[in-house]
Amino acid sequence: MVYMLKMGGQNYEALRQHGEETYPHECCGVLLGQMDGESRIVSSVARCGNTRTDSPQNRYHIDPRELIRIQREGRERGEDIVGFYHSHPDHPARWSATDLAEAHWFGCSYVITSVEKGKAAITNSFELMGSDEGEKSLLDEKIDVAPSET
Amino acid sequence: MASSITTMTKIHIPTPLRQYAGKQPAVEVKAGTVAEALSGLVSQHPDLQRHLYTDDGKLRSFVNVYLNDEDVRYLQKEATVVKDGDSISIVPSIAGGL
Repeated sequence: MVYMLKMGGQNYEALRQHGEETYPHECCGVLLGQMDGESRIVSSVARCGNTRTDSPQNRYHIDPRELIRIQREGRERGEDIVGFYHSHPDHPARWSATDLAEAHWFGCSYVITSVEKGKAAITNSFELMGSDEGEKSLLDEKIDVAPSET
Repeated sequence: MASSITTMTKIHIPTPLRQYAGKQPAVEVKAGTVAEALSGLVSQHPDLQRHLYTDDGKLRSFVNVYLNDEDVRYLQKEATVVKDGDSISIVPSIAGGL
């Protein structure tokens, strides 16, 4: 079974660029779209603020009020929350123990971009597997990026 | 203390919990307070109990409950009264870091 996140090139570049703009701090945001069996299809991305102003270089947190607004606006467009993205400044695009401990949206994608010296490098995605806090894991998934429209 | 005035309230269910709520994005319950609304939700969908609450009956720390745009922790917590037209959102935390 192939676990996959699908998105258009513009959305892919947008989430990567966000990490460049916030460097050396972590960026964060929401992926909206549709669930499609074991895959997720992203139709829009929404930037969020990082409320961890105490430690933005290595921590992120999205204000639930912002998420509620994004969720409401997405609902009006027929979109669901299918995942989240954030960046790792000068650090690999792999999930950390903190990323896993703080992940609670089972079945959603968690996208991480490594930003090296201010430039977006690698972007990886992981699906949060499991059904409860005692047995969760982040599983690598392929990102299928459609070419950007010109 | 239970509220004497109840109203139909919509509870928005986050994506990861919909499988335990009949795959519905929202559930309507009759309630006068947030506590009654959540209790009604769990009554209709008992599988949600362990995902929302710890074994000793407290809301899990990463489960945020909003009445409209307000975190109920900063209102009257689960005793917060719900009025006609209010909606409740269950929002698991989103956080992390390297």
